[in-house]
Amino acid sequence: MSSDGVDNSRRRFLTAATSVVGGVGVVAAAVPFLSTWKPSARAQSAGAPVEADISKLEPGAQLIVKWRGKPVWIVRRDEDALATLTENEEKLRDPVSDESLQPAYAKNQHRSINPEYLVVIGICTHLGCSPTYRPEITADWMGGFFCPCHGSAFDFAGRVHTGVPAPTNLEIPPHRYVSDSVLLIGEDGEDLA
Amino acid sequence: MSDNKGNGLMGWIDARFPATKMWEEHLSKYYAPKNFNFWYFFGSLALLVLVIQIVTGIFLTMQYKPDGDLAFASVEYIMRDVDWGWLIRYLHSTGASAFFVVVYLHMFRALMYGSYQKPRELIWLFGMFIFLALMAEAFMGYLLPWGQMSYWGAQVIISLFGAIPVIGDDITLWIRGDYVISDATLNRFFALHVIAVPLVLLMLVVMHILALHEVGSNNPDGVDIKKNKDENGIPRDGIPFHPYYTVKDIVGVVVFLILFSVVVFFMPEMNGYFLEYANFVPANPFKTPEHIAPVWYFTPFYAILRAVPDKLLGVIAMFAAIAVLFVLPWLDRGKVRSIRYRSGAFKGLLAMFIISFVALGYLGALPSTPGRTLAAQIFTVGYFGYFLGLWVISKNENTRPVPERVTS
Repeated sequence: MSSDGVDNSRRRFLTAATSVVGGVGVVAAAVPFLSTWKPSARAQSAGAPVEADISKLEPGAQLIVKWRGKPVWIVRRDEDALATLTENEEKLRDPVSDESLQPAYAKNQHRSINPEYLVVIGICTHLGCSPTYRPEITADWMGGFFCPCHGSAFDFAGRVHTGVPAPTNLEIPPHRYVSDSVLLIGEDGEDLA
Repeated sequence: MSDNKGNGLMGWIDARFPATKMWEEHLSKYYAPKNFNFWYFFGSLALLVLVIQIVTGIFLTMQYKPDGDLAFASVEYIMRDVDWGWLIRYLHSTGASAFFVVVYLHMFRALMYGSYQKPRELIWLFGMFIFLALMAEAFMGYLLPWGQMSYWGAQVIISLFGAIPVIGDDITLWIRGDYVISDATLNRFFALHVIAVPLVLLMLVVMHILALHEVGSNNPDGVDIKKNKDENGIPRDGIPFHPYYTVKDIVGVVVFLILFSVVVFFMPEMNGYFLEYANFVPANPFKTPEHIAPVWYFTPFYAILRAVPDKLLGVIAMFAAIAVLFVLPWLDRGKVRSIRYRSGAFKGLLAMFIISFVALGYLGALPSTPGRTLAAQIFTVGYFGYFLGLWVISKNENTRPVPERVTS
């Protein structure tokens, strides 16, 4: 390349400008490729939030809905069940849910938005079995959920007992009330803001 | 130039493509030190295993189905119904472990003889990128049989990215392409495993060898053979790679293939270390296996991950264990390359490193207990202690005199 009478600053500017424009083009071209890795429309619709009608749920009863391939339990707790939650803390591993997964609005004693309704993912935090609902309160059973696979036990708020294999409380999914009688599971108000 | 070119077919080709020039530059006139020992088998063996993996891999893709509903059954189909399919599959699965065996020994050789030191820093860096690509290749390949350990191993590893603050959950969602590990994840891992990563791997291998042939091979004495050349400019301690080292490497290949065949034909599962028993059960998103352990070649790093009680710090420690190897050429400030002439402190540190690495590998394969976690923490300190110790002692190391020429 001849360097006679060359304006080097002009040449440097053109080189830099071409590189920047080319770089922007490469980044822009990368976007569609990287976007193909996002959950597809089909995966999103299969994972969409599900509605649950709770108007016909009797006190003490349990409703199971499926969300993203997992069972989600909705339990309407009666007065007796709610009463157990205040007295059993010394029998629980994580009574204030510090180690457990739940949205901020469910990190309380009853682990729900409305104390009456518990919404929880019905998968044992030990090895993924699905525990059974045991609402009857007896002298040696405080009521709640029992996992038949390895004997993990949870109270009426899905909080794990001490001395069982499961490490943490049952997970609470994001959820919100669409109306007094309809729950939406898989989405909370915070996503919409 | 043109007067070196012969006549006939080779002359015709050489005028158009540097065939003879490349043959001479990389084989018949590439002068390697004459004192290579046992530890110099593993570079060519790694190349052999790469070829085995590519050939068996190509044939496996002809029968395998990368589909969440079909993958597990298609592997069983290869094992039971395809003529010799079991052999191709066991060659590939054993080849994965053999790859790590030879690569770990190859890397240990570099640590012993200072092969990463100036002027071979780029050879070491390309080699480390090969190691990274190999780990990615092994991890993604392990998902493809779609067994329980495939599924839950991937679950654990992908969830590591969830430890990244703020964007972690979005990254795991992006990697999986779904809310759980699913067909989308399997399909993209298949694409990366069979084409994207192998292309990168081959390119890196070429760069690794080009960089090696540019500066010349190190040797067990760590002596620079180019300092002493004869009147023709050929190193007095060098011998042409071909035929001398091609013949020597064939001996290594034969011994390697005997051992490799013993595993392929008599113990392809290697007591659950090469193929884990839980992987003979189809992937089930609703049932976690009792004990999730990675394949043996990842266990040292998995043990470091588990040794740190905090999830994010554990992930950082695990990645740091690999990252620190990249800067090794700059951590070692020593001028003497070979362990033969380095200080007792260096030998002690290297012994500590190897013991820690093997112990971590052992612990990483076992379920964790408080006692084992403590042991893993001690050996994690030993692992990182090597690099810190090397940086400290190599500043003013009490080395022995290095000979002028290589020893026989």
